[in-house]
Amino acid sequence: MIWRRRSEAEREPVPAERDPDKHPVLSNLAAIGKISTDVLVIGGGGAGCSAALHIAERGVRVTLLERGLVGSQASGVNYGGVRQQGRHPAELPIARRSRELWGRLREITGSDCEFVPSGHLKLARNAEEEAELVAYADVARQYDLPLRLIGRNAVHAEFPFLGPAVVAGSFAADDGHANPRLLAPALARAARKAGAAIVEHAEVVRLARDSDGFIAETANGLEVRAKSLVNTAGYWGGAIAEQFGEKVPIQVLAPNMIVTEPLPYVVKVNLGVVGGNVYLRQIARGNVIFGGGHGEADPVALRARPLPAITLEALPLAAEIVPMLRDALVIRSWTGMDGQMPDHIPVIGPSRTTPGLFHAFGFSGHGFQLGPAIGAILGELVLDGRSGTPIEAFDIGRFTLGKPP
Amino acid sequence: MPTDALCTANPHAAADLPPVIVGAGPAGVRAAEALLAAGLAPILIDEGAAAGGRIYQRQPPGFTRDAATLHGTEAGKATALHTAFDAIAARIDWRPGTLVWAVRPGELHLHRDGRAETLPFRDLILATGAMDRLIPLPGWTLPGVFSLGGAQIALKTQAVAIGRQVAFVGTGPLLWLLAHQYRKAGGGIAAVIDTTPSATKRRQILGLLTQPGMLARGLSYMLGLRRAGVRIVEGAMPEAILGEGRVQGLRWRDARGRVQESVCDAVAMGWHLRPEAQLAELAGVPFRFNPRQRNWEPDKDPTGRTAVPGVYLAGDGAGIEGADAAEIAGARAALSLLQDRGRAVDAGLLAALDRRAGAMLAFRHALDAAFPFPHALAAGIADDVMVCRCEAITAGELRAAVDPGGAMEINRAKAFSRLGMGRCQGRVCAPAAAEIIAARLGAPVEAVGRLRAQAPVKPLPAAARSTP
Repeated sequence: MIWRRRSEAEREPVPAERDPDKHPVLSNLAAIGKISTDVLVIGGGGAGCSAALHIAERGVRVTLLERGLVGSQASGVNYGGVRQQGRHPAELPIARRSRELWGRLREITGSDCEFVPSGHLKLARNAEEEAELVAYADVARQYDLPLRLIGRNAVHAEFPFLGPAVVAGSFAADDGHANPRLLAPALARAARKAGAAIVEHAEVVRLARDSDGFIAETANGLEVRAKSLVNTAGYWGGAIAEQFGEKVPIQVLAPNMIVTEPLPYVVKVNLGVVGGNVYLRQIARGNVIFGGGHGEADPVALRARPLPAITLEALPLAAEIVPMLRDALVIRSWTGMDGQMPDHIPVIGPSRTTPGLFHAFGFSGHGFQLGPAIGAILGELVLDGRSGTPIEAFDIGRFTLGKPP
Repeated sequence: MPTDALCTANPHAAADLPPVIVGAGPAGVRAAEALLAAGLAPILIDEGAAAGGRIYQRQPPGFTRDAATLHGTEAGKATALHTAFDAIAARIDWRPGTLVWAVRPGELHLHRDGRAETLPFRDLILATGAMDRLIPLPGWTLPGVFSLGGAQIALKTQAVAIGRQVAFVGTGPLLWLLAHQYRKAGGGIAAVIDTTPSATKRRQILGLLTQPGMLARGLSYMLGLRRAGVRIVEGAMPEAILGEGRVQGLRWRDARGRVQESVCDAVAMGWHLRPEAQLAELAGVPFRFNPRQRNWEPDKDPTGRTAVPGVYLAGDGAGIEGADAAEIAGARAALSLLQDRGRAVDAGLLAALDRRAGAMLAFRHALDAAFPFPHALAAGIADDVMVCRCEAITAGELRAAVDPGGAMEINRAKAFSRLGMGRCQGRVCAPAAAEIIAARLGAPVEAVGRLRAQAPVKPLPAAARSTP
């Protein structure tokens, strides 16, 4: 439905600050006209910008269209966890590959995006949760993800800021956290430098395929023709897939995020809990960022809001694992939109209906860490026809071909 | 036009709920009075301990100065508003000391003394007032630097001067009123430095004459200060607040370009006000740019109605018009609310309010033109000056965030630089930051947008717990 150009009457008035016609730089865009390229990427999140970078680095012409600004939705406003621990086993090879890219981010993009390899400590608050930590450690071992299980006394000795509710922990020394607001813009800058065209404020309103390839038209009159199409449009990636006969059961997901005023810098690891109802990190300047539960989102109006009641529920959960938060002030809450699949893992891989179309969307709230590697994998899929990283589990066919997930 | 259903679809649109007013200043109190007079007892909420708003803020319990001493020429209006409130207080649901920290369609989220509460509403009058508009100067984070509004509150509620020799700098009526009040209270004045040349003010004389009483009062402040031998400089620009560890002086450049210094131990500064409109934004009200004031304001029509059904605005929170206009707007918004609930209202009263509001408009426009915001001063803040105090972000860091390949509007500049991400959420630094960004991009200031509001609109204790 978002691929139909809305009539004047249906369109909401654009606030002046978002109106391309009134913007000193954007107003030039309308004059660009037509672009002919090899690869068209739709969606400028971490995965899309990384794809544009990896494709441009191979000397292939690539254009990325982004409806707003790069990194405006899920990959820009998320929690900022750079975490392998706790992932679905099928995601671990991608996460391992991405972690290697995170370690070289400054070299790749010119910015480390405030990535801190702090380690990720996953906490158990009862015996049942502790058993889950133990079970996952076995899985992780098979994927070369080293985890260290820490018992009750040791976890409090090593991390004295933890509250008494914590009974055990599992530490992934290789994990960390980063500033999500910086990742997609940094990748986009690097992609531009490598020769990619990154076009912001370019909402695709019509998308089609003919014998020459794909044609996209944007609301501001740009027409892009390309041989291949990469769908990294997050929640809206579901609509692109549907356009090509691949309807998937995607839902909108808006994680409820909260940040406190600066506090003494003591929580120097990225914290999670079994079950994931709260997660928490502190940055060096002292602010504690935590999340838990979901806000509300309207993907048609492009609005997502944190929910006050959810914020109030997250406060005691966070204070339970880090009691110093009881004396803190919350200064802001926010959210953004991601796509959630029923099995909580993304769709990645070639289309099952349309040659030249490749998907990577529906990251279900945990795609930030994966973004850099997803771009590398998409580059390989588009240019080489295959990737060395196993992605079979993410085949869109699990929803469209009647196969069991 | 409403922005979207997420903001505007009120599930309680037909419920039998009392109207809610946020803000018990001149607009909020007059709105409450008008609703009560029609037999509809409202809920009136204010962050402060007492009604009156910032302009007519009451003294703490046990303080005994009389209104004339505290409010000077404005004493009559202050007393009238306090009396009006006292007459209705027992018959309305009065909730002082309460922060509205979030708004959703049909519900307000309140916080008071560690308790969080959800208050459903059918209709809502936001009378949230305004705060000082500041321009960061070198040295503005030194102890002893206050906003004009802060310096005035210290004086009128606690009888405290911010220093022994105070330099007043900025522009607008409050600059002169406050200097006058300090002089009357016996405070020492190092200088009054108005960034607007006197010729600019004189050009607006016809418009200002539409409210001769107000003009006369303003002129009397100026004249009184001059007669008392206070150093007055017009058309000068401040360069730096000087001092080591505390304020010791103010350096400024006069209209002929000569650099001068005034010795002082405190500085009060401000360039008019900016609307406190975060709640209106969270309620889904669209915003407009007011080019006369160079402020963003939530959009309302002259009756106080907005694009969001059931949400009304009154007072300086919807555009700076002053306390007298706020009293009229508060009553007017209440009448609109009553009409929209299908109640009969007195047509004569309606017409009288509209006539008085219209009569004030010409004066307001002249005032805006007589004391313009010196945007070039804000745009030209030196790179090493801290613009965002909460996050310690300098003008240079902000400029770096908008340089080629960087941000092209203020929210993205915030994302890149952290400006506006701290305790005040950009309420202090946003006006100057927008000017810096616009100048760097060569764009009009309205093109760089405004910082989006997020809940909580003011810091919320993490210990807050929902009321069962």
